Amino acid sequence: MKIALFIPCFIDAVYPRVGISMVQILEKLGHQVEFAEALTCCGQPPYNSGYWPEARKVARRVVAGLAEAEVVVIGSGSCGAMLKVCYGELFAGEPEEAAARALAAKCYEFSDFLVNRLGVVDVGAAFPHRVTFHDGCHGLREMNGKAPPRELLQQVRGLELVEMGEAETCCGFGGTFATKYPAISTAMGEVKCASAAATGADFMVSNDSSCLMHLQGLLDRQGRPLKTLHLAEILACS
Amino acid sequence: MTERDKILQRIRQALVMPSPKPGSHGTVFGIGAARTAAQSARDWLPQVGPSQGDWVTRFTQNCSELKTEVIVAADAAAAQVQLQRLAAAEQWRSVATHGAGEAAAAAASLGLPVLRTDGGYRAEELEACGAGITDCDALVAQTGSILLTARSGGGRALSVLPPHHVVVARREQLVPDLPAAFAWLHHCYGPAAWPSMITLITGPSRTGDIERILVLGAHGPKKLTVVIY
Amino acid sequence: MNPNAAQFQTDAGRLAADLTHRQRIQSAMAKYYAARLPRQALFRDWQEGRQTAAETKWAALQQLDEHLLAFEKNATARGTQVHWTSTSEQARQVIVDIIQRHRAQRIVKSKVMTSEEIHLNQLLESLGFEVVESDLGEYIQQLKGEPPYHFVFPCMHLSREEISDLFENHLGTAQTHDPEALTMIARRVLRQKYLAADVGITGANFIVAETGMVSITENEGNARLTAALPRVMITLVGIEKILPRLSDLALFLPMLATAGTGQPLTCYNTMYGGPRQSGEADGPEEWHVVLLDNNRTALLADPEQRDALHCIRCGACLNVCPIFKNVGGFSYGTTYQGPIGAVITPHLRGLQDWKHLSAASSLCGACTETCPVKIDLHHHLLQNRRNAVQQGGGGWEGLLWRAFAFVMNRPRLYRLAVRLGRWAQPLQGLVQGEAFDPLQAWTKTRDLPDLAPQSFRAFWAQRVSAPAPEERRPT
Repeated sequence: MKIALFIPCFIDAVYPRVGISMVQILEKLGHQVEFAEALTCCGQPPYNSGYWPEARKVARRVVAGLAEAEVVVIGSGSCGAMLKVCYGELFAGEPEEAAARALAAKCYEFSDFLVNRLGVVDVGAAFPHRVTFHDGCHGLREMNGKAPPRELLQQVRGLELVEMGEAETCCGFGGTFATKYPAISTAMGEVKCASAAATGADFMVSNDSSCLMHLQGLLDRQGRPLKTLHLAEILACS
Repeated sequence: MTERDKILQRIRQALVMPSPKPGSHGTVFGIGAARTAAQSARDWLPQVGPSQGDWVTRFTQNCSELKTEVIVAADAAAAQVQLQRLAAAEQWRSVATHGAGEAAAAAASLGLPVLRTDGGYRAEELEACGAGITDCDALVAQTGSILLTARSGGGRALSVLPPHHVVVARREQLVPDLPAAFAWLHHCYGPAAWPSMITLITGPSRTGDIERILVLGAHGPKKLTVVIY
Repeated sequence: MNPNAAQFQTDAGRLAADLTHRQRIQSAMAKYYAARLPRQALFRDWQEGRQTAAETKWAALQQLDEHLLAFEKNATARGTQVHWTSTSEQARQVIVDIIQRHRAQRIVKSKVMTSEEIHLNQLLESLGFEVVESDLGEYIQQLKGEPPYHFVFPCMHLSREEISDLFENHLGTAQTHDPEALTMIARRVLRQKYLAADVGITGANFIVAETGMVSITENEGNARLTAALPRVMITLVGIEKILPRLSDLALFLPMLATAGTGQPLTCYNTMYGGPRQSGEADGPEEWHVVLLDNNRTALLADPEQRDALHCIRCGACLNVCPIFKNVGGFSYGTTYQGPIGAVITPHLRGLQDWKHLSAASSLCGACTETCPVKIDLHHHLLQNRRNAVQQGGGGWEGLLWRAFAFVMNRPRLYRLAVRLGRWAQPLQGLVQGEAFDPLQAWTKTRDLPDLAPQSFRAFWAQRVSAPAPEERRPT
């Protein structure tokens, strides 16, 4: 299958390993990966801030740039939900509405794509560590639900998955919310980090790097030994 | 133009723009196809078995979770004996009741002073009674509830002001679920003779307002007993 | 920044850092989850039940005018007096007129959130009436001189010790830390209030058009006593509480109880259909139903967010909201807290004054997921943000987002920006977390990750120009 990767800006600039891992895994499974280099951002930051015309300016290029793709895979539940769920509303009544809905139909979050589109749960990875999974809200509630990332992690050799009490509770990142309301965002993150640390896990894993950027920042500042990793980075380990 | 007309006019203006049916992603606007809670509630609510035996089991289980006491007696005479034991154990000095049905007969059998609410009463006297003994319209297995009205329950206060509420019910008054209870209400009272109060009583009065810790008898009865025969 | 928004930042910031508060709310909500989740699991199909509840409410609202008229006709046929009020002021006036006409002095209230909305108690007290809240939580809040902290659990932020102190100060009772003993103190005091009251004021959870009734959901029995003993009963209710049929309650009552507190049904679900009828033992001589609009029709006029009027005030969206759990109920400064409050308050009280509540959300969607009537809460927060920008103009933030779009639409410019960022980061590192750190909103509490030495697109470009053997694409 020809797979178009959509690499969000923060994966590109801060966490390229996530994108590289996705390429490795998909190619290992025998698929052809394409990267739409002209696309930089899904438009979620201005969209979430209420600046829809500005968001449309960015999103319009994404809709056009991915029009020819067979499937689009996104390594972030949040950006994925933007393409899959929010574009419909963003372009309601606009000329691009039909194209936006067509794009939505072929968009997949990475773990959802592996499990539900490709039918793959074992990618041959090994990661001999204790791991707890943080459900990014948009991956969980707007995209694919709770099961796919866990099904993948359960097949990783040597990996022990321990659930935390607050797995489904928002970490407090929330895009610009994290800087507009830093005190609330930090309190939410503390609740999450405490819950993850209580599992005794070595790694907190998620399918959303934006959550992890916030959480790792808190963990480092608090001097906790817990480390964060994107699901794709684990699946690429052998 | 009255306030009523102004509000109605604002509503009508607001509704000129229809909103799509929930979950239809903007594709369905006519309300004809909408499901109604009244018609389909049973399909979604907790399941109740088909036989009367199932209903008794479910009702009793629910009551035990709710801290409602259930006394099952063989017949009216046995029920009265049970109630007499309860009266002695709880040291009631007087009771209140209503009507001329099972509750009134049971209350009379206690040999205690009886206050009747039917023709009016003093609230202070009712409050001082050891128990309020009432009939009911139905018992609901699904939720462990007692359905009664201002008519079947001797008014509004009898079942809520005394410290102990006792319901005397016959086995055949048990209905499986809430849809059946509402259907029974329609059958008994609709469409023209509705009582001014209908209530579903599900356990003795309770509160969790202090640290979410359950306390019984917040304002209404601390104890609720259902005598079934 | 408007004063409400500034106040919110201050209060929310303080509460978010208050670990005692956090612990107390977390522990109360843990009890809520423990009760609710198994209860919900007993439903044959909770999701289809939600859909049915949403469709029922949706259809009811599409014919709101007809249903309200049917309610009025059926209610008045049994002697109920129905009053229509557009504003808080009108509703207050109608209620005061009724009280004064009966020369009433003592008023007992069961839980009435709409009366918080119209600030009824303050007015009645200023006119010299005795007004007593009878719901235990509301009574405690009244003694404390505070509004409800949570519209279902009014005093969940207080410890038993604080309540004991409060009772000692106001009622002269001895200290006790036993919740049962504390409850019995309130029971004794309030019993005398019911017996003495001339007027009882209640709210309502549902208006039933078909039979001209209102339905009241409660646990304590205080609403039942309020509706039984005083000679005049007044019910204040928002017009959106409409249900077409009495039997609709067969679904709504258990859903409200399950979502609200994790009960199969609350202790008392009572439908009132008039003042005392002939042949009945008791009940008020007069029953007045005051229908309140107070900008609900403005929300109705927004088809995008009309479903917010489905709300049955179960409070579930507050209970699952991580924002609520960290900032608490008072920070909102509104009658209705949490996600539903953030959605509807801008419609009820002005978008520009209350838009900050819609911004103060991580949009996690837990509220939407839990709502028993499927209100699309977190998307409505987004729509409020959009509407606020559209109405109020963007200001400096608008410029920022225009610049953002400009850069993001030009990949070369974007690459340059990333390179500049990589270059500037060590400089920022020197002041990280300090007052003059430009990224202080982030770095005060969090470390900032370094920009990667090689971006994904640089990796890709390199790979395309000179694919390493092990990275050659499969053919």
